[in-house]
Amino acid sequence: MLTPSTTPHPPDLSPRQVHISVRELTMAYDDFMVQKDMDFDVLRGEIFIIMGASGCGKSTLLRHLIGLKPPVTGEVFFDGQNLWKLPPKERQSMLLKMGILYQSGALWSSMTLAENIALPLTAHTPLSAKEIADLVSLKLALVGLSGFESFYPAEISGGMQKRAALARALALDPEILLFDEPSAGLDPISARRLDRLIVHLSESLGITAVIVTHDLASLLDIGTNSVFLDTETKTIIAKGPPDMLLRTSTHPTVKEFLTRGQSKRTATSAREASR
Amino acid sequence: MQQPRVDILFEHAPSARVLIGGAWRIGENCPRAEATINQLQALHGLEIVRLETQDLMHWDSLLLTYIRALSQFCDAQQMTLDTRGLPEGIQGLLMLAAAVPERQDASRQKNPDDWLSVLGRHTLWLIKDIGLLADFIGEAILGLFRLLGGQSQMRWSDFWRLVEACGPHALPIITLISTLVGMILAFVGAVQLKLFGAQIFIADLVGLGMAREMGAMMTAILMAGRTGSAFAAEIGSMTVNDEIDALKTSGFSPMDFLVMPRILAMLVTIPLLCLYADIWGMIGGALVAAGLFDISASEYLIQIQTRLRLIDFEVGIGKSAVFGILVATAGCLRGLLCQRNASSVGLATTSAVVTGIVYIVISDALMTLLVTALNLYKR
Repeated sequence: MLTPSTTPHPPDLSPRQVHISVRELTMAYDDFMVQKDMDFDVLRGEIFIIMGASGCGKSTLLRHLIGLKPPVTGEVFFDGQNLWKLPPKERQSMLLKMGILYQSGALWSSMTLAENIALPLTAHTPLSAKEIADLVSLKLALVGLSGFESFYPAEISGGMQKRAALARALALDPEILLFDEPSAGLDPISARRLDRLIVHLSESLGITAVIVTHDLASLLDIGTNSVFLDTETKTIIAKGPPDMLLRTSTHPTVKEFLTRGQSKRTATSAREASR
Repeated sequence: MQQPRVDILFEHAPSARVLIGGAWRIGENCPRAEATINQLQALHGLEIVRLETQDLMHWDSLLLTYIRALSQFCDAQQMTLDTRGLPEGIQGLLMLAAAVPERQDASRQKNPDDWLSVLGRHTLWLIKDIGLLADFIGEAILGLFRLLGGQSQMRWSDFWRLVEACGPHALPIITLISTLVGMILAFVGAVQLKLFGAQIFIADLVGLGMAREMGAMMTAILMAGRTGSAFAAEIGSMTVNDEIDALKTSGFSPMDFLVMPRILAMLVTIPLLCLYADIWGMIGGALVAAGLFDISASEYLIQIQTRLRLIDFEVGIGKSAVFGILVATAGCLRGLLCQRNASSVGLATTSAVVTGIVYIVISDALMTLLVTALNLYKR
């Protein structure tokens, strides 16, 4: 059920190619099954949301996509190539096409922001030190952190760390950006600024964005497609643009999630019922 | 301020009124639920308990726990508890507390802890641990080959920074400890040697003891406590903060990037530190010999020169290199195995020091056997 998005972004890259596909993916920790039989496609240039309640396996799914955790069964394809069947070297170079923004930012704390961004560049490109310095300052400028080159991660605020981490994720000009709860720990204004930045990057660079989140405001605002992971049935129970799911989904769990459980009314009716 | 109080009125047969009044607050001397329950139990033919308030001035969670206890008692006795006489706020909170029933499966089942299963569990852990160490050492050797083949991602700037942290910064503590160890060796030995008038052999004792054994051992134990723990804490907190994942997804192998420079830095510095410790140990011995047993420094020096040979130092320094590798390996391994929470960084650090010291002692025993078997000290 992959309907093209109705929102103005992302740009029309015709023909719309499938960028990431997940087929019959089952995830588990030892004996504990997390999610099973997951199937979905992410189109090039989409802002794709992975949503669900806390603990449903959203972040675990992300770890499968970025090559940190092999699936129990099933496949992950990027551009038609099977990530987990590739020889390690090719898988590594495939992963370099992805930029990842971890929940905590995960900037390398013993290095300055400039060194953080420069490290992937020095290791994986033949650029000279001067060119790298220029690129670093460009990436920092893109996220609004010009002049913070020589700061250490601990010396800047949480929101700035997130943006710096985004600059690092952008270092190698990735085709895909993956975000693990980008708005976690941010105030509403910083969170919205980050959202706008994601949309901007996706539009102007044609980057595919995959976002793990349960921040309603953000996912309804920027998501062009989504999957909903359910904790009870341990599989995907809804797919489609989040705003469309909000209007049309009849699944009680999805509806409750997207409307915040209509918190006030359900609580009062529960109290009345128990009287 | 009115005292909190409870009055029970039992006027008409099936129902009793419980009147709650005064200031019910934590810190006040509030009536206990058990007392009320005892009183209620004494009433015959009681079926309905009505809770009402009378001049209730303040209340907090203490009153709620009191009412919850009454309600549990009424449920158990199949009585009706009527809370309609209570203020709305209390009713609302009681409703909230009762809204989600207690989850039976939430209280976890504990693993059986009879001695046999504890023994079994620990044995399995130990086997797994040895497997992990073997894996890790194998990976480290592959990493070393990559380094020799010029394929490694190790940054030499990291290496030099770590050499500085392992080496020069450890000098003060090593000076102190090895001098004291030298003095202790001299003192303990001299008391015995004096019985035979053989105090001059203090020099032999301290010299051989430090060079062959104690210099390497003390240095390694200090490095386990000082540097091995630092490695574990540093890498462990990187794990907690997803920095290790970030390294992997940016195409860096933690083995090349974090572990190799640490092992190499330790390998380079610890033999030098060991030699340094040997010398200070002998100086400590000389202080005791000169101060308490009338052996002049020059006598002591000449005795050491005639007695000690290069092989004695070589054995000690060789041992220290092995200890260094083990301590660094233990530190890095524990750090990388760290779980994703803050307390596990502490556990990783502790475990790095403990395993480091265990490795030191076990390998020392093996190497001492080996040296004896090879007859390396033969003149």
